Amino acid sequence: MGLDVRPAPTRRRAKAGASAPPPDRGARARLSRLDIKISPYLLISPFYLVFAVFGAFPLLFTLWMSLRDRELASGKDEFIGLRNYTELLGDSAFLNAVVNTLGMFVIATVPQLLLALLLANALNRRLRGSTLFRVGMMMPLITSTVAVAVVFTQLFDTDFGLVNWLLGLVGVDPIAWQSDRWWSWVAISVMVDWRWTGYNALIYLAAMQAIPKDLYEAAAIDGASRRRQFWQITVPMLRPTILFTAIVSTIGGLQLFTEPVLFDNGDTDGGSTGQFQTVAMYMFDSAFSNDDYGYGAAVAWMIFLLIIVFSLVNFMFIRRMGGVR
Amino acid sequence: MTLVAGPDLAGSRGAGPSRPARRTGRMRGLWEASPLTYITLIVGLVLSIFPVYWMIIVATRGNDIVGDVPPPMLPGGELGSNLSEVFAAEEAYFAKGLVNSAIVASAVTVSTVLFATMAGFAFAKLRFRGKNALLLTVIATMMIPVQMGIIPLYIMMGWFGWQGELQSVILPFLITGFGVFMMRQYTQQAVPDELIEAARVDGCSTFRIYWSVVLPALRPAAGVLALLTFMQTWNEFMWPLAALTPENPTVQLSIRQLNGAYFQDYTLVFAGTTVATLPLLIVFVIFSRQIIGGIMEGAVKA
Repeated sequence: MGLDVRPAPTRRRAKAGASAPPPDRGARARLSRLDIKISPYLLISPFYLVFAVFGAFPLLFTLWMSLRDRELASGKDEFIGLRNYTELLGDSAFLNAVVNTLGMFVIATVPQLLLALLLANALNRRLRGSTLFRVGMMMPLITSTVAVAVVFTQLFDTDFGLVNWLLGLVGVDPIAWQSDRWWSWVAISVMVDWRWTGYNALIYLAAMQAIPKDLYEAAAIDGASRRRQFWQITVPMLRPTILFTAIVSTIGGLQLFTEPVLFDNGDTDGGSTGQFQTVAMYMFDSAFSNDDYGYGAAVAWMIFLLIIVFSLVNFMFIRRMGGVR
Repeated sequence: MTLVAGPDLAGSRGAGPSRPARRTGRMRGLWEASPLTYITLIVGLVLSIFPVYWMIIVATRGNDIVGDVPPPMLPGGELGSNLSEVFAAEEAYFAKGLVNSAIVASAVTVSTVLFATMAGFAFAKLRFRGKNALLLTVIATMMIPVQMGIIPLYIMMGWFGWQGELQSVILPFLITGFGVFMMRQYTQQAVPDELIEAARVDGCSTFRIYWSVVLPALRPAAGVLALLTFMQTWNEFMWPLAALTPENPTVQLSIRQLNGAYFQDYTLVFAGTTVATLPLLIVFVIFSRQIIGGIMEGAVKA
């Protein structure tokens, strides 16, 4: 049957006047060579097509827009150079948002990563019910941030919240979680910690299991206590992983949005005096509430810059950490 | 002194000699969990589970508990009436939110897995020009914060006439750099080169190899990616908040609207959050081993 089919393409080619008569297998070989050459690009093209339209283009578009005074409602759209940026640097609401974001970022990230290390170290022992512990610690990640924020906002209610009630049992006066600047940061940070500690613990656990056990045995023979082993072996060996989690937390922390928005009953102004408005909320507010899209775009670029700067700071800090080896 | 203590540690602890662990356990005591370890983990477990537990408890109570101190810790019988009120609440469009979320999350999951396995296969097993540079751009895309896109995407959706439509929250998420990277790592170790060569000798085209050889071999990892993607999309908040209208929300927006309207009667809000969370919780409990394995595997490689 195959014999009947094969000559056909050869004949067609001959008619077209091709000077080099390709042998029977030629067409197929060429097709397969073409397949090997082209298919890889076809396989990766959907990624790049979607990324070009919905990833790369918006990135440049934001940059271009941040140089303009752009309003959607009035249709105003003119080039103003770097004025949005110079204005931002003198904008007290923006600076307030930066301080809030950095404050919450620090008080959320540092305890979170330390707790995760502690939990991972505990999970790395020979344990009964280790699966139960792992599953339980992942539970927060499954719960949506919106649900978490709603539940915790209730827990941190000033008058009827469980947290203030518990504090009352040990004789602490009720705390104004929403209206006090510092305490609102703490409450929001607790939400972030609750969600991400278990996830980071699992990542640390994975890395800990890759540390050769003889290191610990040798240290134990030399008389190093468990605590000492933790700080002298585990933590230094985990440095790349700690760096990874610190940078992921930086990217997440500087974009903090859902928790504080829900803590404010769904508004983006961050409390009565903006005491917990984050940069992301300020961006949202500028663009969508104040119809100042160019200004919002400039804020978006500032978030990106902050992420880059703080990722680098993390990188240098963690490279130095435990450098005594 | 320490040198002497070493070799006879296992004996002095009297570690059960009949246990198979003894073979590896010259220093068995080193790995044994102490009571303090258990206490740490149990505290961690309780703190992890309590808010979810409490959410479900409150969802089953009537609004007479609002302001009760201490709040109830055991379920009541009001879940049904709370839910019917949630679904009836006009401000929330809750049923619509659920359906919309299911559509969006399914569409995003299917395409993410499909495109990630395709690209992952190409990056892991095929040779082509510019491969390394292209792979580097995939990794770089993971660094771009979502927020960079919110304002321009909003304006673009206006150009396309998609403002408030579901495609505006589907299309930007059809791909993830993370997915491509994860599938590349997995393909490298799960699909032997010989298998692909054999398929080629048999005359399979590259796409045929992808579909009949690679994709089946990737099923476990693709499943994990699918679950993670579904959960993430289901829980997405910021971009839907910008892109959609209150009348055509995802379920997370419905909850925000419920919360705005009923924050004094939070039993209703909690009933809503419970409904929005329960499907994911069930899926997670069933597939938790795979999901945790996937996260840990990804972490080691990263």
